[in-house]
Amino acid sequence: MLLIPCPWCGPRDEAEFRYGGQAHVAYPGDPGALTDEEWAHYLFFRDNPKGPFEERWNHTSGCRRWFNLTRDTATNEIWPTTSAGARPGTGTVATGGGSR
Amino acid sequence: MTDPDRLWDSPEPESSYDVVIVGGGGHGIATAYYLAKNHGITNVAVLEKGWLAGGNMARNTTIIRSNYLWDESAGIYEHALKLWEGLEEDLGYDVLFSQRGVLNLAHSLQDVRDSVRRVNANRLNGVDAEWLDPAQVKEVCPIVDIRQDSRYPVLGATYQPRAGIAKHDYVAWGYARAASAMGVHFIEHCEVTGIEVVDGRVRAVHTTRGRIAAGRVALSAAGHSSVVAGMAGLRLPVQSHPLQALVSELLEPVHPTVVMSNAVHVYVSQAHKGELVMGAGIDTYNSYRQRGAFHIIEQQMAAALELFPIFARAHVLRTWGGVVDVTPDASPIVGLTPVGGMYVNCGWGTGGFKATPGVGWCYAHTIAHDEPHPLNAPFTLERFTTGALVDEHGAAAVAH
Amino acid sequence: MTGRRAGYAGEVLRFTFDGRAYEGYRGDTLAAALLANGVRRVGTSVTLGRPRGVFGAWTEEPNAVVQIERPFPEPMVQATTIPLYEGLVASSVAGRGRLSPEPDPARYDATHAHCDVLVVGAGPAGLSAARAAARTGARVILADDRPSPGGGLPDTAETVDGRPGAEWALAVAAELEALPDVRVLCRTSVIGYYDHNYLVAVERRGEDAVTRERVWRIRARRVVLATGAHERPIAFAGNDLPGVMLASAARAYANRYGVLPGRRAVVFTTGDSAYDAAHDLAEAGVEIVEIADARKGGLVTGVAGGAEDQGVRAVVIGSREVEADLLLVSGGWNPLVNLFSQSGGELRYDETLTTFVPGHSAQAVEVAGAARGVFTLAGCLADGEAAGSGSPLPALPSEETGTRSQDLWVVPSDDYTSHFVDLQRDVTVADLQRATGAGLRSVEHIKRYTTAGTAHDQGKTSGVLTSAVVARLLGVGIAELGTTTFRAPYVPVSFAALAGRDRGALHDPVRVTATHDWHASHGALFENVGQWKRAWYYPRPGEDMEAAVLRECRAVRQATGAMDASTLGKIDVQGPDAAELLDRLYTNMMSTLKVGAIRYGLMCRPDGMVFDDGTVIRLAPDRFLVTTTTGNAAAVLDWMEEWLQTEWPDLRARCTSVTEQWATVAMAGPGSRDVLGGLAPELAVDVESFPFMTWRDTEVAGISARVCRISFSGELAYEINVSWWHGPALWKAILATGAVTPYGTETMHVLRAEKGYPIVGQDTDGTVTPADLGMDWIVSKKKADFIGRRSYARADTARPDRRHLVGLLPEDPEVLVPEGTQLVACDRLPEPPVPMLGYVTSSYRSAALGRTFALALVSGGRDRIGQRLYAPIGDALLPVTVTHHVLYDPEGTRRDG
Repeated sequence: MLLIPCPWCGPRDEAEFRYGGQAHVAYPGDPGALTDEEWAHYLFFRDNPKGPFEERWNHTSGCRRWFNLTRDTATNEIWPTTSAGARPGTGTVATGGGSR
Repeated sequence: MTDPDRLWDSPEPESSYDVVIVGGGGHGIATAYYLAKNHGITNVAVLEKGWLAGGNMARNTTIIRSNYLWDESAGIYEHALKLWEGLEEDLGYDVLFSQRGVLNLAHSLQDVRDSVRRVNANRLNGVDAEWLDPAQVKEVCPIVDIRQDSRYPVLGATYQPRAGIAKHDYVAWGYARAASAMGVHFIEHCEVTGIEVVDGRVRAVHTTRGRIAAGRVALSAAGHSSVVAGMAGLRLPVQSHPLQALVSELLEPVHPTVVMSNAVHVYVSQAHKGELVMGAGIDTYNSYRQRGAFHIIEQQMAAALELFPIFARAHVLRTWGGVVDVTPDASPIVGLTPVGGMYVNCGWGTGGFKATPGVGWCYAHTIAHDEPHPLNAPFTLERFTTGALVDEHGAAAVAH
Repeated sequence: MTGRRAGYAGEVLRFTFDGRAYEGYRGDTLAAALLANGVRRVGTSVTLGRPRGVFGAWTEEPNAVVQIERPFPEPMVQATTIPLYEGLVASSVAGRGRLSPEPDPARYDATHAHCDVLVVGAGPAGLSAARAAARTGARVILADDRPSPGGGLPDTAETVDGRPGAEWALAVAAELEALPDVRVLCRTSVIGYYDHNYLVAVERRGEDAVTRERVWRIRARRVVLATGAHERPIAFAGNDLPGVMLASAARAYANRYGVLPGRRAVVFTTGDSAYDAAHDLAEAGVEIVEIADARKGGLVTGVAGGAEDQGVRAVVIGSREVEADLLLVSGGWNPLVNLFSQSGGELRYDETLTTFVPGHSAQAVEVAGAARGVFTLAGCLADGEAAGSGSPLPALPSEETGTRSQDLWVVPSDDYTSHFVDLQRDVTVADLQRATGAGLRSVEHIKRYTTAGTAHDQGKTSGVLTSAVVARLLGVGIAELGTTTFRAPYVPVSFAALAGRDRGALHDPVRVTATHDWHASHGALFENVGQWKRAWYYPRPGEDMEAAVLRECRAVRQATGAMDASTLGKIDVQGPDAAELLDRLYTNMMSTLKVGAIRYGLMCRPDGMVFDDGTVIRLAPDRFLVTTTTGNAAAVLDWMEEWLQTEWPDLRARCTSVTEQWATVAMAGPGSRDVLGGLAPELAVDVESFPFMTWRDTEVAGISARVCRISFSGELAYEINVSWWHGPALWKAILATGAVTPYGTETMHVLRAEKGYPIVGQDTDGTVTPADLGMDWIVSKKKADFIGRRSYARADTARPDRRHLVGLLPEDPEVLVPEGTQLVACDRLPEPPVPMLGYVTSSYRSAALGRTFALALVSGGRDRIGQRLYAPIGDALLPVTVTHHVLYDPEGTRRDG
């Protein structure tokens, strides 16, 4: 049971969250302009590193907000994200680090 | 051979091999065996970063079945099951293969439709399959609770009588023993740290025990597929997740078959010595830790008691985890890669053990001929580009 | 002979073992009481069938694993950990337990706890750690698996602050319990140490407690592991016979329980601690015949068994036989590093202690006392004090006095077939030799090859010994070889404890509609859809399902029916960009929808496959109400929010689930207009005033309602939405007209199938595109993009032989083709594999068509209309004809009544 630092609610049990996989996978600006291969990479290919991984979580049983964090997939050590501000088209919401 | 029980030797790695298999799990070992046996390729090294067959091969719940929905899946899994049926004789080694049947329970009307669909597809594909009503389920497995007032009552089950279990370690050892006798080198504690590619063709692997030149390199690293493929610049559509399992103490025989339920998430059998062997669900997040979270085990126990109230006072003796690599369509990837002379076998998710003989056979063919065997031809990397997936997730549990 | 120390007394408890009645005292364990009654043989080994006796005194016990018969059967429990209670009935087993077919009457539960400091183990180190932590003002939990505090201290005769150990421990525990921020949990085993300092414990509350066992899920800021150490055995010939016992265990029986585990004892030791045991046993009245100290060359080379219980009769020291009925063994101590290892901490091999001790830690954890190799009482107290207060721990003495021991694991012999390493799994040194002889080099392989360490005690006595023996056999260092992985749970835990309350009706929440009780009391059978209970059909007396559904179908097609549709997901989408959001999510255009109007919509995943469908009604320029399928409501809301938050945060729109705000009745059939008109006098119900796919706010039966003119049956139909609270009133008012027949989901399915409307999840399976469903018309050509659009240009989605949704008419109109039936083109089946063209997704008897029909997904199906295919059913091949998927009223004449 990981302890996930929700930027809005503070640290909470993993069971309150839904995992969202790799962060920063933006929906393509013009999907029609992509080759089949590029589109396939958007649909199906995600990074799968052993080590630090920027990923998305949704606090489904809490504030229902999406946020990013960096977690080491080999140790489960977690660092809150440091990037700030919501940016459209990045496949993720970057939130200010730290709890409120 | 100094010892009649000798399983495999532990030679020092040589500087070069015709084929280097990265990953000494069940698939890697079986592939080496069939390379030697079917194709006469014996200058083969199987490199294992830990102890042989110590990854998912040593950690799975040993269920063997071939009752998959799609033709492509049924093809390779049924080929595997046929090989299982002759494996002990082929290897000259007892692997405790027990065809005690598998029940896949249905708990909703949509489960029933999906199950009947699969049974019918199986029969037309030559896979033994039956649809059982709850009373027949009870006949096959008397300890399943079929009361219709339970939260998710058993509405029936698919039954594959030829399915069953085997002793995972013995399977690995039997293959390794036979392959070792044909000259295959099994090299433990030898982690691959890099893959040398020159002009688009693989040349060698770099390992914690030095550089090893290789005519061909076959990746077979299960949960670590992305890491290994990444060394050759290859990106795979797989994600690694922990998958947990557990055993009870030894119990007098109580569970004569294998029961699986997707809706009430359980799969359980009773092993030869008497322990209940049970698998849990995968943890949702990517991880390379060979352990998962405990609430998954708690949920697993609740689900188990829904179906098997008799298990209430059995004890969990040991839990453990493996790392499985999961593809978007829940089907494996077995075939060529954009790197010449390099092959990939990954993405078996939670189902790799049962495929061991089948994939070993087909992957060896792929490596030997530099082209896929017809049975693994559908499981290409390219299918994710064309969209021709082999979607084994089953029907979505949605209805009006 | 074993027995009770003279003068020992207490509350008498009666119990039965292997059919014989005995008496023991409160405070005994079953093992202690058995020994007190002279019972030495308590079991039979699993593989070799050898007699086995009590070997340990607590959770390290490998032998005395018994079957509890009463009060309720429980398999395989260590007799050394069962507190004796009145009426206990147990029996010995041969390595296998037995499950009861009767339902377990006990209750189990779980609770969460958070603390600043969790101290595991209430021995000297743990108690002083908890006390020190509490004095800093920290919130403290102290958990210990024994019934009373003190850890191993009451096993000894040692004193603290001038008081007997047990008394001191009780006093400290009482002091702690009196503090508001301290919780002391006895009989609570911490079984697992997980990431982010999350630990799981199981409290055994007793057979009579309201909750028999309780799982504690503990999140600790800091953890102190004061878990102590277990003595370990030595491998020598016959070391498994009843009467061979760990020296520490014998000491515990004498001091804690007043039980003499023998009368004439030989001590076989590699270190000093066994002398303390010998001393205490002698004090208690056991004759210590001889001490074979390995450091002085004393070696026990064999044991002679007696006839009666096949236990120890004599001990062979060197080549000399010494008469004795008890052999105390002390091969050194193993700190209990299990939880530390589980926490991710590294272990290191200590050459002085000849065992593995904690090394570098990976989480906020300290190890104190014997668990890190501190074996003196004063050292443990000091360790605990430091660990509890968060101070640095005292340096480990380089050679702890009293623990220096000989590095002896195996007594040399020509025959190792009775040198047991793992008593419960019957693994001997000979088995380990066989394993290394087979070429195995890893201790994990050897564990698997021999099964050493896989039994009830999970290697507590055998683990380090196995590593040491194997290291010798392979000629490598123990440190290099390592141990097998320490896995949770630390002690066995019942399935039921972990399942807790999540069983039966609480296994998954049951969701019911506001009108559920009415349906139930009117004989409805229910279907599980997601977590919902939905009325399936309403059989009348004498009706089977088929008859009931045909009657309900006729009622809708010929008169009026009503269905509780409240379970449909409903999402309120608001904001200036709400229309834009829906345009991006649905395949069709929603922004052009007029206020007051309704549009059917289809949602796909980016891969182009159908994900959900439903209606969208526009309430205002900036407000929509979206409906979803019952099972997908939460997933669709999640989906909308994910896109909104992560991709389009610039869109000013918000989504809120209102599923349980609105109760919905679907009223369908040619008579529905009149019924509605009667109930809603203010509503103009004529076609011109209230056209298809529009909605009106009005009052129905005096209840404020929103009425939508939509139809999932092809008939004139309305969906009447009222507040959840008023759902039953509306339903009853509709039924009270006497003109309306209630119908369930099965009838709904038949009626929609007659019209060729697909059900997502039944007629689709995640591999179906809108085009496959014949719904090209709903895929916008005007919008630049929507989720899924790009995927329709891929090779596979453009294949002409994709599976299309079509209708099927069995040539025999009475034959119902089972849903899930595959379809083939041939009228005789060739050898497998037989090419399959598709399968039946829905199949019903139709009252309106007067025959059976089906929907199917068929390869290139729309090009096969009129063709004959075959449905293999059992051994028969039944001919069916492919038709258009709309079989009833294809012109749509009934929509407006």
